[in-house]
Amino acid sequence: MASVGPCGTGTGTTGSVAAAASKNNVTSFQRRGPRASSSDSGGSRLVSIAGTRPSVRNGQLLVSTGLPALDQLLGGGLAVGTVLLIEEDKYNIYSPLLFKYFLAEGIINGHTLLVASAKEEPEKILQAGPVSSSRFGHYYDVSKKMPQELIEASKWHGFFLPKKISSTLNIEPCSLTHGYIKLLQFIQKIIYEEGFDGSNPQKKQKNILRIGIQNLGSPLWGDDVCCTENCDNSHNLTKFLYILRGLLRTSLSACIITMPTHLIQNKAIIARITNLSDTVVHLESFIGSEREANPLYKDYHGLIHIRQIPRLNNLICDVSDVKDLAFKLKRKLFTIEVGCGVGHCLRNWLLSHLPSADGTKHILDSWGHREQKGPGWHTAAPEYQ
Amino acid sequence: MFPELNNLLNTTPDRVEQGKLTLLCDAKTDGSFLVHHFLSFYLKANCKVCFVALIQSFSHYNIVGQKLGVSLTTARERGQLMFLEGLKSSVDVFFRAEEKPHPLQFLREANAGNLQPLYEFVREALQPMDKGEAAWRCPVLLVDDVSVLLSLGVGAVAVLDFIHYCRAAVCCELQGNMVVLAHDSGDAEDEENDILLNGLSHQSHLILRAEGLATGFCRDVHGQLRVLWRRPPQPTAQRDRSLIYQYKIQDKSVSFFARGLSPAVL
Repeated sequence: MASVGPCGTGTGTTGSVAAAASKNNVTSFQRRGPRASSSDSGGSRLVSIAGTRPSVRNGQLLVSTGLPALDQLLGGGLAVGTVLLIEEDKYNIYSPLLFKYFLAEGIINGHTLLVASAKEEPEKILQAGPVSSSRFGHYYDVSKKMPQELIEASKWHGFFLPKKISSTLNIEPCSLTHGYIKLLQFIQKIIYEEGFDGSNPQKKQKNILRIGIQNLGSPLWGDDVCCTENCDNSHNLTKFLYILRGLLRTSLSACIITMPTHLIQNKAIIARITNLSDTVVHLESFIGSEREANPLYKDYHGLIHIRQIPRLNNLICDVSDVKDLAFKLKRKLFTIEVGCGVGHCLRNWLLSHLPSADGTKHILDSWGHREQKGPGWHTAAPEYQ
Repeated sequence: MFPELNNLLNTTPDRVEQGKLTLLCDAKTDGSFLVHHFLSFYLKANCKVCFVALIQSFSHYNIVGQKLGVSLTTARERGQLMFLEGLKSSVDVFFRAEEKPHPLQFLREANAGNLQPLYEFVREALQPMDKGEAAWRCPVLLVDDVSVLLSLGVGAVAVLDFIHYCRAAVCCELQGNMVVLAHDSGDAEDEENDILLNGLSHQSHLILRAEGLATGFCRDVHGQLRVLWRRPPQPTAQRDRSLIYQYKIQDKSVSFFARGLSPAVL
C-alpha cells in the first residue's frame, strides 16, 4: 500500500491504487499486518479485511465511500463504526449517486450490504447501481448498470418499509416511530445473527456490513419532522440516530444515510442531527438556483460542503484545507473539484495542465509543485486564509 | 491534561479545589478536548471519577487518554473510574427488556419523565466506600455531554433537575466537583438548549467556552477559549474575572496564546 506523506494530501495513493486495481478488477485496498490500535468492535486481532485500510493518523479502520475524491476529503475514507450523513440536494438527483457508489463499492469488495428504503425496493436500487469501470479502477461508470451475477454473488439484505409494517394502525405509542423501530430491530438482528458484533464465537465474521438508509426523515418513514416546524415527536429522528450509532460503534459496520434536510424547517433539529452524526456532507445543486446563471459555475452541477468530520481516537481531525468544493457529473464520472468561488478565479487561471506520456494529467499549482492526479479530477493545493 | 491550560486556570493535580461546578461550552467548534483535559487531570489528581459518556465510546477516551498519560482501563480496574458508556448501554436498554431500572431507562419510554435512575447511578458510583479501598481524593462527576439528553427526548427542565440533584449530592454533600459539557447552538434557535445552557451558566463556578473564530477556518488557530470565573468565595470580592485566549490543538497537547499572537503569525 502506498504510504502517505505527513501532510496527508495523499496525492500518490489514489493513482497507484487505481493502477493496481485495474489489473484484476479488484480493489487493492488491502491492509498489511495486524491492526495497530483496537477500534470499538472487539479487541481481537483482525488480520485483514478486504476493502479496508488503517488510517495513517491513528490506525482507525477505514472503508472507501466509493468515490476516491470524497475519501481524500474525509481523511482517507469512512471510519468503520461511524455514520456518513449526506444532506440531500434539493431535487434528490445527486445524493442517490453517492448512495449507490457506497453500495457498489461494497459489492466489489464482497462486503455484506443492508439497504433500507421507504420509497424504492432495495433490489431496484442495487440493480441500478453503477459498475466499476476496469480502466479506472475505483471509478464507477454511471452509464453502465451492475450486472446481475455480481448482485447475486454478493450478500445483501433489503428493508423495504411498506412490506415490513402492516397496514393496520393500532399501534400503541412507543418511544419511536414504528418504521424506525422496525428498522433498528432489523439492523440489530442482522448484526447479531451474522456476527458483526463479535458476540458469536462460531461466526468469526471478517467482513464489513455496509448499511445504506435512503431518505431518512422523509414523511414516507412515518416521521413528520420534514412537514411541520413544531412537530410533536421531534425526538424520533434524533433518538433513532443515537441508537443506530450505538449499534455501529459496537460492530464492524459503516453506514450511509441520505436525509432531505432542506425540508426540515426547524434549524434546531438540523443542528442536533449534525451533532449526532459523525461525518456530514451537504450537496447543494445549482438547479433552479440563481447560481445556475453564474458564469463561474457554468462547468459544475453543484457545491459539496463538508460540514463535519469526526475526531475519533484523537484530539484533532483531518480537516481538509480546501473549503470551496464543487462537483460535476460528467457522462461517466462524478468528480469533485476545487470550486470556482470568487477568490478562486485567479488561482484557476494559474493552474496549468500538462498531459504526460502515461495519460495521467500533471498539474502545476501556483507554487510550481507537480501533483499527479488520476484522470478526471483535480486535487486542491493548500489554501491559506 | 494540558500543562498550559493548568497554568491558565492556576490549578495543579496536587491542589484540587473542591465543591466546584465547571461548565464546558462549545459554540461552532468541538470542545471535546476540554473533556479529555479534565478527565486526565482528575485521574492524575487521584480523584474518584464517575464519567457519564453519552457521545463516544470507551476506547475513544482511552486512546486519547493514553496520549495524555492516563490509562482508563487501569483506572477502571482499580475502581478509580466508573464509566457509563451511553452508546453501548442504549443498545442494551432499547433491545433487551430488563427488570431492574437502567440509568438510561428513559430511552424506552414514549415521554421521557425524569433522569432519576441516572442520578441514582451517579450517587451510587461516587458513594465513598467505608473500608477495604484505597482512599481517593474528592469525587468527581464528568458528563459528556448534557445537550444530547435533549435530543433523546428529555426536557430541559428535567435535565436541570438532574444537574441540581447531582450538585447537591456531589458538590455540597460529598465536597466533590462536577464538570459538564453543553453545546451552544448559537443561531440555530434551539430554545430548550438555551434554557439548559443559561441554567447551567448561573450555577457554575467556572465556565470554559470554546468558540470558533469569527473569521472562519484557520489552520494555525483552531479557536478561542473564554475563561470566566464566577462566584468568588467572598461575596464582597471583586467582579467575575474573565480571560480570552486562542488555542491550537496538536496531536498530544493544546497550546494557548494571547489573541493575535499565534506562533504562526509572529
